[in-house]
Amino acid sequence: MTSDLNIVALVSIGQHPKSGRARRAEQDARAVELGMRLAGDNVQVLHAGDAAEETLRQYAGMGLKSLRVLQQSPQADAVVALGDYLAEHRADVVLTGVRAESGESSGMAPYLLAEKLGWPLVTRIADIVSIENGEAQILQALPRGQRRAIQVRLPFVASVDMAAQVARQSAFGPGRRAELESLPWVETPDSERAQFKEAPARKRPKRLKKVKATTAAERFKAATAKSQGTGGRIIKDQPPTEQAQAIFDLLLEEGVLR
Amino acid sequence: MSDLIRRDPRAEWIARNRLHPLHAAMTAPAGEVRGPSGLLRKNPHGVGFIGPNGIKRIDRSGGSNAAAGGRRGAAKSAQAVELPLHVVEAPDFYVVTVLDLVGGRLGSHDKDVLGQAHKLVNGLEGNGAVLAVVFGECKEEGFGLAGVDRLLHLEGSEYEGYSPEQRLAALVEVERRFTPRYWLFPDSINGGNELGCRLAARLGERPATQAWQVDTQQTLCRGAGGSSDITRATPRLLLLAEECAEPVDERRHEALAVELDSIAPSLVRIRDCGQVAVDPNAIPLAEAEFILSAGNGIRDWDQFHQAAELLGATEGASRVVVDDGFMPRPRQVGASGTWVTARVYLAVGISGAIQHMQGIGQCDKVVAINLDAGCDMVKRADLSVIGDSQAVLAHLIELAREYRHGAAENAA
Ligand SMILES: Cc1cc2nc3c(=O)[nH]c(=O)nc-3n(C[C@H](O)[C@H](O)[C@H](O)COP(=O)(O)OP(=O)(O)OC[C@H]3O[C@@H](n4cnc5c(N)ncnc54)[C@H](O)[C@@H]3O)c2cc1C
Repeated sequence: MTSDLNIVALVSIGQHPKSGRARRAEQDARAVELGMRLAGDNVQVLHAGDAAEETLRQYAGMGLKSLRVLQQSPQADAVVALGDYLAEHRADVVLTGVRAESGESSGMAPYLLAEKLGWPLVTRIADIVSIENGEAQILQALPRGQRRAIQVRLPFVASVDMAAQVARQSAFGPGRRAELESLPWVETPDSERAQFKEAPARKRPKRLKKVKATTAAERFKAATAKSQGTGGRIIKDQPPTEQAQAIFDLLLEEGVLR
Repeated sequence: MSDLIRRDPRAEWIARNRLHPLHAAMTAPAGEVRGPSGLLRKNPHGVGFIGPNGIKRIDRSGGSNAAAGGRRGAAKSAQAVELPLHVVEAPDFYVVTVLDLVGGRLGSHDKDVLGQAHKLVNGLEGNGAVLAVVFGECKEEGFGLAGVDRLLHLEGSEYEGYSPEQRLAALVEVERRFTPRYWLFPDSINGGNELGCRLAARLGERPATQAWQVDTQQTLCRGAGGSSDITRATPRLLLLAEECAEPVDERRHEALAVELDSIAPSLVRIRDCGQVAVDPNAIPLAEAEFILSAGNGIRDWDQFHQAAELLGATEGASRVVVDDGFMPRPRQVGASGTWVTARVYLAVGISGAIQHMQGIGQCDKVVAINLDAGCDMVKRADLSVIGDSQAVLAHLIELAREYRHGAAENAA
């Protein structure tokens, strides 16, 4: 594939869902992986935050020579810094994860960047099949394991789904040796975020099946009766052709035949 | 006719005897009476019946009905309960919900979002209306029951497939015309999350995502990939988690259609080239949309596999056939196998043991092919075909082949 493509992968600091330890974020690592498959080690990996963060070396350990960090304090709005950087430095493709694993994790970053840059945004991609003549063929991940083909002109922003190819392992030594290039950058404080109160997640109450019964007999019935379908259609004593036709019509109506 | 109550001893006797074969038919519940304002009216004199010794009896269990056997009871017939209609004439404000409508129908997530919308309307002064925006094909008829006061249905070739830019243009137009108090989206992978985020970016709102406890003041939403709770002031645009609120179930709503004037067609920068064929058996069983499941009633396994391939269905199986070695263990559906969420579940020769039914509890449409009309699978199924699986499958294969052939010819 053409290596004069300028691909930028945005990475964040992830968090292990069980231990809470910092790690490379799964989706961001997949974005880096996708970028490396498209442009070799010409892919530029960008992070807005603290260059002293050791976790960033886990991305570098995937085989990157360097990693660029826009120096920001934890209170700053990273999206503003990234947007300014991308507006100044020409990029063809910007890859991000769908949702961060730490912080507010609203998944708004790709949307805000695309809006700011005025580029199209393709969400939840599984793969970029090819980029030719300034046009990219993309596979988008849909629910239930389906895929959709999408065509979009460069430049664009894309968020990478968990359905994309798993990121390669990170090697410790090369990660150590990679250069973390720290750029001082203007900070915009995230004032709204400062008013949020954050606490460990409470367990959500399970929804109970409410029985709206007025009499004891009804409650008894609701508690003991087997759940029964609300009277489906039964086709009996008809030739199998018609029975098969009825099933086929239902499948067509539900749109599951493609 | 005089107002004298004429006793019918036989009917009274049947009404008392719950084991009588005619008991259920004779004691059909009387329809309820509503006054002109829609208020439920009860006639205290109509309660109960006269027992054999001339003493009035009131049975509150509902097992035997009031005035059965009497002249008045016979005239009334069973009637479906009609919920009171909630009317909003000239709404002061709108709460807009944008629904996913997976497969053209309201899902449970959509209903929860509508329930949340009404909670917000009730928490505010003035009478507000819940406006639902739906895109594309729609098969749903129960919008009124789910709590939709106004319905904006946008349809047309420009909204088909993946068309986020056009849909966003429509939502911006809704914002201009209705200036909604709140925007609510289901935070789902079926499009709700994407549209909500796009609109938030366009309007410059900071949405609350994965919100699960919302009132007009404060919102509790999940952050950090679901491992923390963020408490914040309720923003104007919310992406709601599943089960954020109870769905509406005590009122009917009008679901009046509204129209938007014209929406300028947006520049299409993202071209949808259609869905790509995926191998149905490569999709995880738990996620598959359409499952063809085999049970002990299958004799011809080549035919079954052929049917699954032609229909484009993911294969499933009951435990018996897995134990017998006809299907691999990962294909087993049920309590000790996989819990599936298919939209259409086609069960061929499966009796419907409880361990199997547990696994298909979340399926939308169940279709059964079985020899036994009394089995549990037929009771659960939306469409049951009573017949030999081999014959029905053979014809189904025929139909699928014709369909594929026709599609190929049309494409050529
Ligand atoms: C602890 C435990 C866990 C279990 N977990 C599971 C589980 O996870 N999943 C599971 O599936 N089972 C499970 N089972 C087994 C379950 O109880 C049933 O035995 C099993 O589901 C029955 O499978 P079946 O319906 O295919 O077979 P059967 O009960 O034998 O039913 C065959 C059906 O096919 C019909 N039939 C026969 N011939 C034809 C024909 N020619 N055309 C059309 N119809 C025909 C019959 O009328 C009958 O209804 C579990 C059992 C236990 C004890």
